Amino acid sequence: MPSLKDLKNRIVSVKNTRKITKAMQMVAAAKLRRAQESAEAARPYAERMNAVMSSLAGAVGSTDGAPRLLAGTGSDKVHLLVIMTGERGLCGGFNANIAKLAKSKAMELLAQGKTVKILTVGKKGRDALRRDLGQYYIDHIDLSDVKKLSYPVAQKIAQNIIDRFEAGEYDVATIFFSVFQSVISQVPTAKQVIPAQFETDGAASSAVYDYEPGDQEILTALLPRAVATAIFAALLENNASFNGAQMSAMDNATRNAGDMIDRLTIEYNRSRQAAITKELIEIISGAEAL
Amino acid sequence: MADTMQFDLVSPERRLASVAAREVRLPGVEGDLTAMPGHAPVILSLRPGILTVVSAAGTAEYAVTGGFAEVSGEQVTVLAERGLTRAELTAAVHAEMLAEAKKVADAAHPTVADAAAKMLADMEALGTHINL
Repeated sequence: MPSLKDLKNRIVSVKNTRKITKAMQMVAAAKLRRAQESAEAARPYAERMNAVMSSLAGAVGSTDGAPRLLAGTGSDKVHLLVIMTGERGLCGGFNANIAKLAKSKAMELLAQGKTVKILTVGKKGRDALRRDLGQYYIDHIDLSDVKKLSYPVAQKIAQNIIDRFEAGEYDVATIFFSVFQSVISQVPTAKQVIPAQFETDGAASSAVYDYEPGDQEILTALLPRAVATAIFAALLENNASFNGAQMSAMDNATRNAGDMIDRLTIEYNRSRQAAITKELIEIISGAEAL
Repeated sequence: MADTMQFDLVSPERRLASVAAREVRLPGVEGDLTAMPGHAPVILSLRPGILTVVSAAGTAEYAVTGGFAEVSGEQVTVLAERGLTRAELTAAVHAEMLAEAKKVADAAHPTVADAAAKMLADMEALGTHINL
Protein backbone atom coordinates (compact mmCIF):
# COMPACT_ATOMS: atom_id res chain seq x y z
CA MET A 1 0.00 0.00 0.00
CA PRO A 2 1.72 3.18 -1.18
CA SER A 3 1.79 6.04 1.25
CA LEU A 4 -0.10 9.27 0.64
CA LYS A 5 3.16 11.02 -0.18
CA ASP A 6 4.00 8.41 -2.84
CA LEU A 7 0.59 8.77 -4.46
CA LYS A 8 0.90 12.52 -4.50
CA ASN A 9 4.28 12.25 -6.20
CA ARG A 10 2.91 9.83 -8.80
CA ILE A 11 0.07 12.20 -9.61
CA VAL A 12 2.45 15.12 -10.05
CA SER A 13 4.72 13.07 -12.29
CA VAL A 14 1.87 11.83 -14.48
CA LYS A 15 0.59 15.39 -14.75
CA ASN A 16 3.98 16.49 -15.99
CA THR A 17 4.02 13.67 -18.52
CA ARG A 18 0.61 14.75 -19.72
CA LYS A 19 1.86 18.29 -20.21
CA ILE A 20 4.73 17.02 -22.34
CA THR A 21 2.60 14.71 -24.50
CA LYS A 22 0.04 17.47 -24.94
CA ALA A 23 2.75 19.85 -26.10
CA MET A 24 4.18 17.23 -28.47
CA GLN A 25 0.75 16.62 -29.90
CA MET A 26 0.28 20.29 -30.59
CA VAL A 27 3.71 20.61 -32.18
CA ALA A 28 3.02 17.55 -34.34
CA ALA A 29 -0.32 19.01 -35.41
CA ALA A 30 1.33 22.25 -36.49
CA LYS A 31 4.09 20.39 -38.29
CA LEU A 32 1.57 18.09 -39.92
CA ARG A 33 -0.24 21.03 -41.44
CA ARG A 34 2.97 22.35 -42.87
CA ALA A 35 4.02 18.90 -44.08
CA GLN A 36 0.70 18.45 -45.83
CA GLU A 37 1.02 21.82 -47.47
CA SER A 38 4.44 21.02 -48.87
CA ALA A 39 3.28 17.59 -50.01
CA GLU A 40 0.39 19.35 -51.73
CA ALA A 41 2.75 21.88 -53.33
CA ALA A 42 4.99 19.16 -54.71
CA ARG A 43 2.15 17.25 -56.32
CA PRO A 44 1.74 19.24 -59.57
CA TYR A 45 5.42 18.82 -60.37
CA ALA A 46 5.36 15.09 -59.73
CA GLU A 47 2.19 14.69 -61.80
CA ARG A 48 3.53 16.60 -64.80
CA MET A 49 6.83 14.80 -64.51
CA ASN A 50 5.05 11.48 -64.51
CA ALA A 51 2.92 12.45 -67.51
CA VAL A 52 5.88 13.61 -69.57
CA MET A 53 7.97 10.61 -68.57
CA SER A 54 5.30 8.13 -69.49
CA SER A 55 4.82 9.65 -72.93
CA LEU A 56 8.59 9.77 -73.42
CA ALA A 57 9.07 6.26 -72.12
CA GLY A 58 6.33 5.07 -74.43
CA ALA A 59 8.11 6.65 -77.39
CA VAL A 60 11.68 5.65 -76.58
CA GLY A 61 11.44 2.98 -73.93
CA SER A 62 10.90 0.05 -76.24
CA THR A 63 13.84 0.81 -78.51
CA ASP A 64 17.22 -0.80 -77.99
CA GLY A 65 18.95 2.42 -77.13
CA ALA A 66 16.80 3.08 -74.08
CA PRO A 67 18.83 4.30 -71.09
CA ARG A 68 19.59 1.67 -68.48
CA LEU A 69 17.79 3.61 -65.77
CA LEU A 70 14.60 2.93 -67.70
CA ALA A 71 15.28 -0.41 -69.33
CA GLY A 72 17.11 -1.98 -66.39
CA THR A 73 20.17 -4.17 -66.54
CA GLY A 74 18.23 -7.09 -67.94
CA SER A 75 18.53 -9.05 -64.74
CA ASP A 76 16.93 -8.89 -61.32
CA LYS A 77 19.39 -10.74 -59.16
CA VAL A 78 20.46 -7.96 -56.84
CA HIS A 79 17.84 -5.84 -55.14
CA LEU A 80 18.47 -2.59 -53.36
CA LEU A 81 15.91 -1.75 -50.70
CA VAL A 82 15.86 1.88 -49.69
CA ILE A 83 14.09 2.01 -46.36
CA MET A 84 12.90 5.47 -45.47
CA THR A 85 11.78 5.98 -41.89
CA GLY A 86 11.73 8.75 -39.32
CA GLU A 87 14.64 10.04 -37.33
CA ARG A 88 12.69 10.00 -34.13
CA GLY A 89 10.31 7.74 -32.31
CA LEU A 90 7.24 8.46 -30.18
CA CYS A 91 5.04 8.12 -33.22
CA GLY A 92 3.07 4.93 -32.69
CA GLY A 93 3.59 2.24 -35.28
CA PHE A 94 4.94 4.52 -37.99
CA ASN A 95 8.54 3.31 -38.08
CA ALA A 96 7.66 -0.26 -37.14
CA ASN A 97 5.13 -0.60 -39.96
CA ILE A 98 7.60 0.50 -42.63
CA ALA A 99 10.27 -1.77 -41.14
CA LYS A 100 7.84 -4.69 -41.09
CA LEU A 101 6.93 -4.27 -44.75
CA ALA A 102 10.57 -3.94 -45.75
CA LYS A 103 11.48 -6.98 -43.72
CA SER A 104 8.81 -9.19 -45.26
CA LYS A 105 9.87 -8.03 -48.72
CA ALA A 106 13.52 -8.72 -47.95
CA MET A 107 12.69 -12.18 -46.60
CA GLU A 108 10.64 -12.93 -49.70
CA LEU A 109 13.53 -11.91 -51.97
CA LEU A 110 16.04 -13.89 -49.96
CA ALA A 111 13.80 -16.94 -50.13
CA GLN A 112 13.81 -16.59 -53.91
CA GLY A 113 17.58 -16.73 -53.87
CA LYS A 114 18.09 -13.07 -54.73
CA THR A 115 20.76 -10.87 -53.24
CA VAL A 116 19.51 -8.05 -51.05
CA LYS A 117 21.27 -4.81 -50.24
CA ILE A 118 19.80 -2.28 -47.91
CA LEU A 119 20.24 1.45 -47.74
CA THR A 120 18.52 3.13 -44.84
CA VAL A 121 17.31 6.69 -44.66
CA GLY A 122 16.39 7.67 -41.13
CA LYS A 123 17.86 6.13 -38.05
CA LYS A 124 14.78 4.47 -36.55
CA GLY A 125 14.33 1.98 -39.36
CA ARG A 126 18.02 1.21 -39.26
CA ASP A 127 17.86 0.38 -35.57
CA ALA A 128 14.67 -1.64 -35.95
CA LEU A 129 16.08 -3.93 -38.63
CA ARG A 130 19.67 -4.20 -37.49
CA ARG A 131 19.22 -7.53 -35.73
CA ASP A 132 17.51 -9.33 -38.62
CA LEU A 133 18.97 -7.68 -41.68
CA GLY A 134 22.04 -5.89 -40.36
CA GLN A 135 24.44 -7.88 -42.51
CA TYR A 136 22.84 -6.52 -45.69
CA TYR A 137 23.30 -2.84 -44.81
CA ILE A 138 25.47 -0.99 -47.29
CA ASP A 139 24.89 2.64 -46.43
CA HIS A 140 22.92 5.02 -44.29
CA ILE A 141 21.72 8.53 -44.97
CA ASP A 142 21.20 10.61 -41.89
CA LEU A 143 18.53 13.29 -42.04
CA SER A 144 18.53 14.21 -38.37
CA ASP A 145 20.23 17.53 -38.99
CA VAL A 146 18.04 18.43 -41.97
CA LYS A 147 15.72 21.15 -40.76
CA LYS A 148 13.51 21.43 -43.79
CA LEU A 149 13.01 18.78 -46.44
CA SER A 150 13.99 20.38 -49.70
CA TYR A 151 14.48 19.07 -53.21
CA PRO A 152 18.30 19.11 -52.97
CA VAL A 153 18.05 16.64 -50.07
CA ALA A 154 16.11 14.26 -52.30
CA GLN A 155 18.58 14.87 -55.12
CA LYS A 156 21.44 13.84 -52.87
CA ILE A 157 19.73 10.57 -52.00
CA ALA A 158 18.83 9.96 -55.65
CA GLN A 159 22.41 10.64 -56.71
CA ASN A 160 23.68 8.13 -54.19
CA ILE A 161 21.27 5.49 -55.48
CA ILE A 162 21.97 6.24 -59.15
CA ASP A 163 25.75 6.18 -58.65
CA ARG A 164 25.45 2.74 -57.15
CA PHE A 165 23.30 1.63 -60.07
CA GLU A 166 25.80 2.97 -62.60
CA ALA A 167 28.56 1.14 -60.74
CA GLY A 168 26.59 -2.07 -61.22
CA GLU A 169 25.99 -2.68 -57.54
CA TYR A 170 22.38 -3.74 -58.01
CA ASP A 171 19.66 -4.33 -60.63
CA VAL A 172 16.43 -3.19 -59.03
CA ALA A 173 15.84 -0.45 -56.48
CA THR A 174 12.71 -0.20 -54.38
CA ILE A 175 11.90 2.53 -51.90
CA PHE A 176 9.86 1.93 -48.75
CA PHE A 177 7.91 4.75 -47.21
CA SER A 178 4.54 5.54 -45.73
CA VAL A 179 1.74 7.14 -47.70
CA PHE A 180 -0.24 9.64 -45.70
CA GLN A 181 -3.96 8.97 -45.89
CA SER A 182 -5.21 10.58 -42.73
CA VAL A 183 -4.08 11.29 -39.21
CA ILE A 184 -5.08 7.81 -38.12
CA SER A 185 -4.09 5.96 -41.25
CA GLN A 186 -0.66 5.81 -42.85
CA VAL A 187 -0.05 3.06 -45.34
CA PRO A 188 3.45 1.60 -45.65
CA THR A 189 4.22 1.33 -49.34
CA ALA A 190 6.89 -0.12 -51.58
CA LYS A 191 7.67 1.56 -54.89
CA GLN A 192 10.16 0.52 -57.51
CA VAL A 193 12.22 3.47 -58.76
CA ILE A 194 14.93 1.77 -60.81
CA PRO A 195 14.28 0.63 -63.48
CA ALA A 196 11.79 3.47 -63.53
CA GLN A 197 8.15 2.60 -63.93
CA PHE A 198 5.52 5.05 -65.02
CA GLU A 199 1.82 4.51 -65.00
CA THR A 200 0.71 4.84 -68.56
CA ASP A 201 -2.95 5.69 -68.64
CA GLY A 202 -4.46 4.32 -71.81
CA ALA A 203 -5.51 7.72 -73.10
CA ALA A 204 -2.00 9.14 -73.16
CA SER A 205 -1.67 12.58 -74.65
CA SER A 206 -2.67 12.32 -78.26
CA ALA A 207 -0.28 15.06 -79.33
CA VAL A 208 2.98 13.86 -80.84
CA TYR A 209 5.73 15.95 -79.39
CA ASP A 210 8.83 17.29 -80.99
CA TYR A 211 11.85 16.99 -78.77
CA GLU A 212 14.57 19.56 -78.44
CA PRO A 213 17.32 18.34 -78.27
CA GLY A 214 16.56 14.71 -79.23
CA ASP A 215 14.21 12.47 -77.28
CA GLN A 216 17.11 10.30 -76.13
CA GLU A 217 18.95 13.26 -74.64
CA ILE A 218 15.87 14.52 -72.87
CA LEU A 219 15.07 11.11 -71.49
CA THR A 220 18.63 10.68 -70.24
CA ALA A 221 18.53 14.09 -68.60
CA LEU A 222 15.11 13.53 -67.08
CA LEU A 223 15.44 10.05 -65.63
CA PRO A 224 17.65 11.06 -62.70
CA ARG A 225 15.24 13.90 -62.02
CA ALA A 226 12.31 11.52 -62.11
CA VAL A 227 14.05 9.34 -59.52
CA ALA A 228 14.76 12.39 -57.38
CA THR A 229 11.16 13.51 -57.74
CA ALA A 230 9.88 10.11 -56.64
CA ILE A 231 12.17 10.21 -53.63
CA PHE A 232 11.21 13.78 -52.82
CA ALA A 233 7.53 12.83 -52.93
CA ALA A 234 8.25 9.84 -50.70
CA LEU A 235 10.13 12.02 -48.21
CA LEU A 236 7.25 14.46 -48.04
CA GLU A 237 4.67 11.70 -47.64
CA ASN A 238 6.83 10.17 -44.95
CA ASN A 239 7.13 13.48 -43.17
CA ALA A 240 3.38 14.02 -43.20
CA SER A 241 2.81 10.42 -42.06
CA PHE A 242 5.32 10.77 -39.27
CA ASN A 243 3.69 13.88 -37.90
CA GLY A 244 0.22 12.39 -38.29
CA ALA A 245 1.28 9.23 -36.48
CA GLN A 246 2.99 11.21 -33.79
CA MET A 247 -0.03 13.41 -33.36
CA SER A 248 -2.41 10.51 -32.83
CA ALA A 249 0.08 8.64 -30.64
CA MET A 250 0.51 11.71 -28.46
CA ASP A 251 -3.23 12.26 -28.37
CA ASN A 252 -3.63 8.72 -27.03
CA ALA A 253 -0.85 9.23 -24.53
CA THR A 254 -2.45 12.45 -23.30
CA ARG A 255 -5.77 10.71 -22.85
CA ASN A 256 -4.14 7.76 -21.05
CA ALA A 257 -2.34 10.14 -18.74
CA GLY A 258 -5.65 11.83 -17.99
CA ASP A 259 -7.27 8.47 -17.14
CA MET A 260 -4.34 7.57 -14.96
CA ILE A 261 -4.53 10.88 -13.09
CA ASP A 262 -8.23 10.26 -12.42
CA ARG A 263 -7.55 6.79 -11.08
CA LEU A 264 -4.66 7.90 -8.92
CA THR A 265 -6.67 10.82 -7.57
CA ILE A 266 -9.47 8.48 -6.53
CA GLU A 267 -6.99 6.17 -4.87
CA TYR A 268 -5.35 9.11 -3.14
CA ASN A 269 -8.68 10.41 -1.80
CA ARG A 270 -9.75 6.96 -0.65
CA SER A 271 -6.58 6.34 1.30
CA ARG A 272 -6.72 9.85 2.75
CA GLN A 273 -10.25 9.22 3.96
CA ALA A 274 -9.24 5.82 5.30
CA ALA A 275 -6.42 7.43 7.24
CA ILE A 276 -8.74 10.10 8.69
CA THR A 277 -11.33 7.48 9.67
CA LYS A 278 -8.63 5.42 11.32
CA GLU A 279 -7.40 8.38 13.33
CA LEU A 280 -10.97 9.26 14.39
CA ILE A 281 -11.59 5.69 15.58
CA GLU A 282 -8.37 5.81 17.56
CA ILE A 283 -9.30 9.12 19.20
CA ILE A 284 -12.85 8.00 20.04
CA SER A 285 -11.82 4.64 21.43
CA GLY A 286 -9.09 6.39 23.38
CA ALA A 287 -11.63 8.79 24.88
CA GLU A 288 -14.00 5.94 25.75
CA ALA A 289 -11.31 4.02 27.55
CA LEU A 290 -10.76 6.88 30.00
CA MET B 1 -8.16 30.31 -82.27
CA ALA B 2 -7.92 31.23 -78.64
CA ASP B 3 -5.54 34.08 -77.99
CA THR B 4 -4.33 32.80 -74.64
CA MET B 5 -3.02 29.53 -73.32
CA GLN B 6 -2.64 28.06 -69.88
CA PHE B 7 0.82 28.66 -68.45
CA ASP B 8 2.06 26.75 -65.39
CA LEU B 9 5.44 27.10 -63.77
CA VAL B 10 6.09 24.48 -61.12
CA SER B 11 9.19 23.57 -59.17
CA PRO B 12 9.42 20.50 -56.95
CA GLU B 13 8.66 22.60 -53.90
CA ARG B 14 5.91 24.90 -55.05
CA ARG B 15 3.76 26.20 -57.88
CA LEU B 16 5.13 29.56 -58.93
CA ALA B 17 2.64 30.64 -61.52
CA SER B 18 -0.55 29.53 -63.16
CA VAL B 19 -1.96 32.13 -65.54
CA ALA B 20 -3.51 32.52 -68.94
CA ALA B 21 -0.61 33.74 -71.05
CA ARG B 22 -0.47 35.28 -74.51
CA GLU B 23 3.18 34.53 -74.99
CA VAL B 24 5.94 32.68 -73.17
CA ARG B 25 9.62 33.13 -73.92
CA LEU B 26 11.62 30.10 -72.88
CA PRO B 27 15.40 29.74 -72.55
CA GLY B 28 15.97 26.42 -74.35
CA VAL B 29 19.31 24.62 -74.39
CA GLU B 30 19.52 25.07 -78.14
CA GLY B 31 18.36 28.66 -78.14
CA ASP B 32 15.45 30.72 -76.95
CA LEU B 33 11.96 29.90 -78.05
CA THR B 34 8.75 31.86 -77.89
CA ALA B 35 5.61 29.82 -77.47
CA MET B 36 2.29 31.31 -78.47
CA PRO B 37 -1.15 29.75 -78.58
CA GLY B 38 -1.32 27.07 -81.25
CA HIS B 39 2.37 26.27 -81.06
CA ALA B 40 3.34 22.81 -82.31
CA PRO B 41 3.75 20.35 -79.40
CA VAL B 42 7.33 20.26 -78.22
CA ILE B 43 9.25 19.18 -75.16
CA LEU B 44 12.44 21.06 -74.59
CA SER B 45 15.22 21.18 -72.06
CA LEU B 46 15.91 24.52 -70.47
CA ARG B 47 19.18 26.16 -69.60
CA PRO B 48 19.56 28.53 -66.67
CA GLY B 49 18.02 31.77 -67.80
CA ILE B 50 15.13 34.18 -67.68
CA LEU B 51 11.67 33.05 -68.65
CA THR B 52 9.24 35.76 -69.67
CA VAL B 53 5.48 35.45 -69.57
CA VAL B 54 3.21 37.95 -71.28
CA SER B 55 -0.35 37.82 -70.01
CA ALA B 56 -3.30 40.17 -69.73
CA ALA B 57 -1.91 41.28 -66.36
CA GLY B 58 1.38 42.37 -67.90
CA THR B 59 4.79 40.88 -68.28
CA ALA B 60 6.32 38.70 -65.57
CA GLU B 61 9.85 37.37 -65.42
CA TYR B 62 11.08 34.26 -63.68
CA ALA B 63 14.56 32.88 -63.28
CA VAL B 64 14.92 29.15 -63.80
CA THR B 65 17.99 27.00 -63.26
CA GLY B 66 17.30 24.37 -65.85
CA GLY B 67 14.50 21.89 -66.11
CA PHE B 68 12.21 21.32 -69.03
CA ALA B 69 9.11 22.68 -70.67
CA GLU B 70 6.19 20.97 -72.28
CA VAL B 71 4.53 23.08 -74.94
CA SER B 72 1.31 22.26 -76.68
CA GLY B 73 -1.21 24.35 -78.55
CA GLU B 74 -3.27 25.17 -75.48
CA GLN B 75 -0.78 25.07 -72.66
CA VAL B 76 2.79 25.54 -71.57
CA THR B 77 4.04 23.70 -68.51
CA VAL B 78 7.48 24.44 -67.19
CA LEU B 79 9.02 22.04 -64.72
CA ALA B 80 11.90 24.01 -63.30
CA GLU B 81 14.60 22.46 -61.18
CA ARG B 82 14.57 25.64 -59.17
CA GLY B 83 12.39 28.59 -59.99
CA LEU B 84 12.43 32.09 -58.62
CA THR B 85 10.44 35.18 -59.40
CA ARG B 86 12.45 38.07 -60.73
CA ALA B 87 12.18 39.89 -57.40
CA GLU B 88 13.52 36.91 -55.47
CA LEU B 89 16.64 36.69 -57.57
CA THR B 90 18.89 39.09 -55.69
CA ALA B 91 22.62 39.44 -56.09
CA ALA B 92 23.15 37.27 -53.01
CA VAL B 93 20.98 34.43 -54.31
CA HIS B 94 22.67 34.61 -57.67
CA ALA B 95 26.13 34.53 -56.09
CA GLU B 96 25.15 31.45 -54.15
CA MET B 97 23.83 29.73 -57.27
CA LEU B 98 26.99 30.68 -59.12
CA ALA B 99 29.22 29.29 -56.38
CA GLU B 100 27.26 26.06 -56.45
CA ALA B 101 27.57 25.73 -60.23
CA LYS B 102 31.28 26.48 -59.96
CA LYS B 103 31.74 23.78 -57.38
CA VAL B 104 29.97 21.29 -59.64
CA ALA B 105 32.01 22.40 -62.66
CA ASP B 106 35.29 22.04 -60.77
CA ALA B 107 34.45 18.63 -59.40
CA ALA B 108 32.84 17.39 -62.59
CA HIS B 109 33.94 14.18 -64.20
CA PRO B 110 35.75 14.81 -67.55
CA THR B 111 32.82 13.37 -69.50
CA VAL B 112 30.38 15.89 -68.07
CA ALA B 113 32.84 18.76 -67.59
CA ASP B 114 31.63 20.46 -70.77
CA ALA B 115 28.05 20.37 -69.61
CA ALA B 116 29.00 21.68 -66.18
CA ALA B 117 31.12 24.46 -67.68
CA LYS B 118 28.24 25.43 -69.95
CA MET B 119 25.94 25.46 -66.96
CA LEU B 120 28.32 27.82 -65.19
CA ALA B 121 28.58 30.07 -68.23
CA ASP B 122 24.79 30.16 -68.50
CA MET B 123 24.54 31.10 -64.85
CA GLU B 124 26.97 33.95 -65.38
CA ALA B 125 25.10 35.10 -68.46
CA LEU B 126 21.91 35.07 -66.44
CA GLY B 127 23.54 37.45 -63.97
CA THR B 128 24.79 39.87 -66.62
CA HIS B 129 21.42 39.78 -68.32
CA ILE B 130 19.69 41.22 -65.31
CA ASN B 131 22.56 43.52 -64.28
CA LEU B 132 23.56 42.08 -60.97
